[in-house]
Amino acid sequence: MDFAFTDEQAMIAETARAFFAENATSERTRRAMAADGIDRELWAAFCQELGFAGVGIAEEFGGAGLGMVEFAGIAEAAGTHVAALPLLGLATAARGIAAGGTAAQREKWLPRILSGDAIAANAGKWHVERQGNYLSGSFDFTPHGNIADIFVVSATGGSWLIERDAAGLKIEAPVTMDQTRPLASLHMDKVLGEPLADHLGAIKAMHAGGWICLAAEALGGAQACLDRTVAYAKERIQFGRQIGSFQAYKHRLADMMVEIEQARSAVYWAACAVDEASDEAPLALHAAKSFCADAFFKCAGDMIQLHGGIGFTWEHDAHLYFKRARSIQTLRAPGNWHREEIAKIILGDAA
Amino acid sequence: MKLGFSPAEEAFRAEAADWLNAQMAGPFKDIKGITTLTEKAERRKEWEQHLGAHGWGCIGWPKAWGGRDATIAEQVIFAEEYARAGVPGRVNHIGIELAGPTILTFGTEAQKARFLPGIAKGETIFCQGFSEPGAGSDLASVRTKGRLETIDGAKNWVVNGQKIWTSLAHISDWIFVVTRTEDGSRGPKGLSFLMMDMAQPGIEIRPIQQINGDAEFNETFFTDAHCAEDSIIGAPGDGWKIAMGLLAFERGVSTLGQQMAFRNELDEIIAAAKRNGSAADPLIRQRIAKAEIGLRLMRYGALRMLSNRDHSRIDGAALTYKIQWASWRRNLGELAMDVLGQAGEVTGGDGYRWGTLPNLFLYARADTIYGGTNQIQRNLIAERGLGLPREPRGDA
Repeated sequence: MDFAFTDEQAMIAETARAFFAENATSERTRRAMAADGIDRELWAAFCQELGFAGVGIAEEFGGAGLGMVEFAGIAEAAGTHVAALPLLGLATAARGIAAGGTAAQREKWLPRILSGDAIAANAGKWHVERQGNYLSGSFDFTPHGNIADIFVVSATGGSWLIERDAAGLKIEAPVTMDQTRPLASLHMDKVLGEPLADHLGAIKAMHAGGWICLAAEALGGAQACLDRTVAYAKERIQFGRQIGSFQAYKHRLADMMVEIEQARSAVYWAACAVDEASDEAPLALHAAKSFCADAFFKCAGDMIQLHGGIGFTWEHDAHLYFKRARSIQTLRAPGNWHREEIAKIILGDAA
Repeated sequence: MKLGFSPAEEAFRAEAADWLNAQMAGPFKDIKGITTLTEKAERRKEWEQHLGAHGWGCIGWPKAWGGRDATIAEQVIFAEEYARAGVPGRVNHIGIELAGPTILTFGTEAQKARFLPGIAKGETIFCQGFSEPGAGSDLASVRTKGRLETIDGAKNWVVNGQKIWTSLAHISDWIFVVTRTEDGSRGPKGLSFLMMDMAQPGIEIRPIQQINGDAEFNETFFTDAHCAEDSIIGAPGDGWKIAMGLLAFERGVSTLGQQMAFRNELDEIIAAAKRNGSAADPLIRQRIAKAEIGLRLMRYGALRMLSNRDHSRIDGAALTYKIQWASWRRNLGELAMDVLGQAGEVTGGDGYRWGTLPNLFLYARADTIYGGTNQIQRNLIAERGLGLPREPRGDA
């Protein structure tokens, strides 16, 4: 038992922090928001210069090895800056292919995804009918579905790979509240999917990767909300005093810190539990996803309130965090669903 | 980062669990499962001595002082197995977790030799004399006075004043007292930290009945009470530094034992919910899940604290721990009552004595007050953790 980063883990997290702090600037993120929700230059550097895309994916599949703890450190840093990147697609689809794909699928797609040449997405809510491997209907709210090259989609009894230019696939990209992670609908008319070899293995890997990615992003985002608001509390003067000296103000910041410290425990507990294949992993994942999303939303909302009017402007970054937090709350199932899963584990099914 | 335990640690777990279970099945069967600190106090003092005699009293202490030099992982394991076996809380927790570590850190070799073996053997029960009627959240405004006087040819500290909320004073042998030893001093300056024998005519105790009907806390009156000159920890005037250092010990391994007691409480709520059907209520299910998440995050927060090697910076997990657990437990008490329904509002026995869950509901109202109220915790977090400016203060 040693619940602290190893030197190597600390170094990876520090490298990620420095990388995002320098490159994922508000200006660049806003350029991506005004376009298609991805900072391509940032993603290329992330995948190629730093080799971060392969973290948590086995070396035999072209990954960098390491585990979810290292990946969480990276996702946390990305979340700190609300970076506009298809990180969730990487955390889900790439892991799904690694865990459940055929050898040919892995060989074809993983090198391209991990190098950043292809963008992967895991489709969201599905309303589809299948006949064999032909799918008809819609997958809604697919993160970065607007720009993805390869989709991993799942429906009852199977998971499939579908390429962007597949016959019968139409992609609809509505305006999304969180412009750093646009959601798209995939409309399918008898689209032929290429089945993965291990559907359940893929689902399990995608859930773990997705929930840890979102929880870690939320942790980083929540900490950023706190740090930025603390800085403001020290610089803003009202009634002749720094506003951070008022208890009505500082107590709210203290409450944010209480939530964030728990979120930190949650993220690394879940990541460790997955890496160690612990029996606690399902409980830890549901706890991390639901707790961190709520903590982030609370902190982002408080950030707006504690900044006063400036926090409500488009110019200030507070809304980037607020919208990202809202989106994380619902992505890959809302908190109530995760808590009910925990209730099933400890109470059994509701009668 | 690693959460699992090694085979050697698991072997230690088995050894600890076997021994504890054997005691709870055998010679100390009569105290198994007690959840208050006051019930069967005399038997629990015997239990402290039994632990000490078998080397389980203060396992994290150095061997030289009656401990085992246990590693952090072993202390975690012991705390978990202790509560899992249904062993009641340590009536000498103040001695083991506060007085002992304070003496180990700030005491002279002579003071270590004088006090530590007795604590480790479970023979010296300690209580804490900090709060006063006029010094609660504003602890530094204590007025209890200490002065050096010659009694029978030897210099003694003579103490006059009143302490309050002295937990378990009525079963304690010794008390450590923060006193004002410098005339005219104010606030944290001029305070000293004295160790005093409770068995003397100058110290009088009156129990305080609490909202749960129990009387764990006391008022403690000092009227020319005295102790030898070398019963001071640190130098005269160091009292505040030592008291603050001591409060940091409260967030050590002992938190894990406390958490296991919380585990037992939550399990009791889960069992009650299954029994009376409220386990099917979606809102109750959400709240139980939240309580489960909160408890797990407490555990991993504590493990983060204990694994922290970077002592150069403020440990956020440690700083936020008190308000986290106190608020969690207050919510747990409310959940317990909502699960029980009106059955939780009647005792089913004689006297104003409550079962575990209604007692939890009532007692948890103290958790968010003692050891620094939630409001004081927020000040500490904001000022120490976040570096925010202090609220302006009035003249004392």
